[in-house]
Amino acid sequence: MLKPVDVLMVGVGGQGTILASRILAHAALEKGYDIKVSEIHGMAQRGGSVVTQIRLGKKVFSPLIPERGADIVLAFEKLEGLRLMPFLKPDGTMIINEQEIPPVPVLVGAAEYPTGIIEYIQSTAGEAVVVDALVIAEKCGNVKAANVVLLGVMARRLPFEQDVWDRALAACIPAKLLEVNKAAFAAGYEYR
Amino acid sequence: MVIKLLMGNEAIAHGAVEAGVKVAAAYPGTPSSEILETLAAMAGEHGFYTEWSVNEKAALETAIGASFTGARSLAAMKQVGLNVAADPLMSLAYIGIKGGLVLVVADDPGPHSSQTEQDTRKFAQFAKLPVLDPANPAEAREMAKYAFELSEQLLLPVILRPTTRTCHACQDIDLPEDIRKNPPPAGFEKDPNWVIFPSLSARKHIWLNKQQERTGNILGLSPFNRLEIDGDTRVGIVACGLSYNYVREALQLTGLRASVLKVGTPYPLPAAPVMELFKHVDRILVIEEQEPVVEDQLISLAWQQGLTAPISGKHDRLVAREGEFDVDKVKAIIEKFYGLQPESGQETPLPELPLRPPVLCAGCPHRASFYIFKEAARGTEAVFTGDIGCYTLGAIPPLNALDTCLCMGAGVTMAAGLHRVEPGRKQVAFLGDSTFFHSGVTGLINAVYNRADITVVILDNRTTAMTGHQPHPGIGNTGTDGQGTTVDIAGLARACGVDFVREVDPYDLTAGIKAAGEAMNHNGPAVVIMKRECTALVEKDRPYTIDRKDCIDCGACVENLGCPAIGRQDGLPAINANCTGCGVCAQICPVQAIRRKL
Repeated sequence: MLKPVDVLMVGVGGQGTILASRILAHAALEKGYDIKVSEIHGMAQRGGSVVTQIRLGKKVFSPLIPERGADIVLAFEKLEGLRLMPFLKPDGTMIINEQEIPPVPVLVGAAEYPTGIIEYIQSTAGEAVVVDALVIAEKCGNVKAANVVLLGVMARRLPFEQDVWDRALAACIPAKLLEVNKAAFAAGYEYR
Repeated sequence: MVIKLLMGNEAIAHGAVEAGVKVAAAYPGTPSSEILETLAAMAGEHGFYTEWSVNEKAALETAIGASFTGARSLAAMKQVGLNVAADPLMSLAYIGIKGGLVLVVADDPGPHSSQTEQDTRKFAQFAKLPVLDPANPAEAREMAKYAFELSEQLLLPVILRPTTRTCHACQDIDLPEDIRKNPPPAGFEKDPNWVIFPSLSARKHIWLNKQQERTGNILGLSPFNRLEIDGDTRVGIVACGLSYNYVREALQLTGLRASVLKVGTPYPLPAAPVMELFKHVDRILVIEEQEPVVEDQLISLAWQQGLTAPISGKHDRLVAREGEFDVDKVKAIIEKFYGLQPESGQETPLPELPLRPPVLCAGCPHRASFYIFKEAARGTEAVFTGDIGCYTLGAIPPLNALDTCLCMGAGVTMAAGLHRVEPGRKQVAFLGDSTFFHSGVTGLINAVYNRADITVVILDNRTTAMTGHQPHPGIGNTGTDGQGTTVDIAGLARACGVDFVREVDPYDLTAGIKAAGEAMNHNGPAVVIMKRECTALVEKDRPYTIDRKDCIDCGACVENLGCPAIGRQDGLPAINANCTGCGVCAQICPVQAIRRKL
């Protein structure tokens, strides 16, 4: 019996949330889940908040996850993770990248980037996993693989075998970038 | 069968290929663009023609021409694109088709990436054409296939209307391994019925009206409408398209019971399943995003049949006409309908967080173009009219460079209109290269012909960037099956009769400001083409850095450009990893503290 899982991935346009969600969906496809993935394209991709919703279950209707409905929130950026806290289940897992990307109102001095985000999330989320994905990705050979590092961190919390993930990575990532992304995924998977 | 993960737009394309589509045309627009992209990728293998047309009207008319030969054809666009294609569509309903013609129009409640939340189901009703409304990508594929059959059965074009959450949702879908080939089309046969004279329209209008009832009868048997009776309750919910998912899930979450009629063919609403629902319920709630298309027809049907069960929905303000729905919203509606107090939300709401609006990318040439024209217009009361594309983001602080934005092409013509009332003021119209071909060029011809003294700035980034970098006539490459013919923008502007035409590299601020000033002072319409490839399509150059010793913290680089690569670090302006090396900030620094990294 497949346990239903609802995952929200959130980041800033250009951080690779859509690729990460496609890899997860491919892995879930092999496991026989009914899948709905909802993405936002277009204007928001120009540096705005981008949320991707992945719903896995025996029978999934809505492509959108309700408030307090996400088992896992995978946040590619701190502020965006905080923004989605209302969607996390009380006992859910927040995996949050330490990266700060100041939005334009902050860059031009019209607003302040909130402080104490990590502390707030650690005190509120059922489980909080704080990751410096940029540093890990850089060690693996490409800072752009931070999205796959985070995916690896999440993967440990899902009941999919390693070879399922391997095939999903190979299906979604161009051959010349596959090795570095496999290393990034493994580093994320081993992260404690 | 093989199971694949497909996005709704890909699923629609697959459905069309399975139905044997021969010609497909589209103009890009979120959330519809991936339909033609997918078709273009499949065209070679399956032997059909695809094109990016210059606009939606051209796309639909191309599909219509193909249909008149008996070929199955498809046109795809976003909802506001249908406004552009409305002229051929309205007449086509009278004339009818030969080969099945499917018009895919993607709606965008929210809206996420659109000017309006207009409801294409309402448009279908207005044009008297059947419309199919999928609940998910798998159904969108089935509907795309069926729409061609229905079209040929009725001799009418059929509209398929997915919304953002179907277009851009991925689902696991069973696909056939082989796709059978259709016989070749019969070819165009001459017939006076292809020529829309008023006398023909008068006759065909009667035919078209009769087709409405016939369509309703056919759709009454459609599996896209499904009645799910719950014998333990006398409550009924009618849910159209995507909303069906939210209703099912909200009922699961609340444990409430209802008989549910899922509607997949909102216009014409078939009477048969509705009448059956009325037998099992004492009151009905209609849940559909956008306009009360199903609800109005339901009320009308109930009145005709003398049925008195109360019908709730938009008319008693239980269901919103605006915005996008989700499970939470639909759950609250259903609870209210049952007389329950909706559960309150989060107990400890988050403090207000800084918004993250979309922004022009670091190194975007449009930013430089806006800076150039703001500088050139400094001290004047110039009005900058805008248009639809990435560059609409130029209206956002701190650039604040655009004063208007209405619809595709309107920047040029509105500038001319402003000029008529305030001839002493400068009017500068900004539009992109793709938008210029779409509908800007007619405005330019109008300005030349009627002698509007305006400046038209064509932001030529060599692509249709906002919708995912589709090609256009200025590129030459068709993006489908090879090389087209390049239409030169400067040559076109000259051929329109514009005698002031300049091409400038927006990264060269000095040359740009000079050309902008000359254009604005030119007597008569002037065109400046700001030519530089979209930053997302080129390799980054060596980045810049700010020398903290030399920086006087005047704030010019931060506040005048709003570049996401420039922020503050320990109090002083600093360039971050987003820098593409465009060098625009270095040119505006008054003390040359910004230099390329060694």
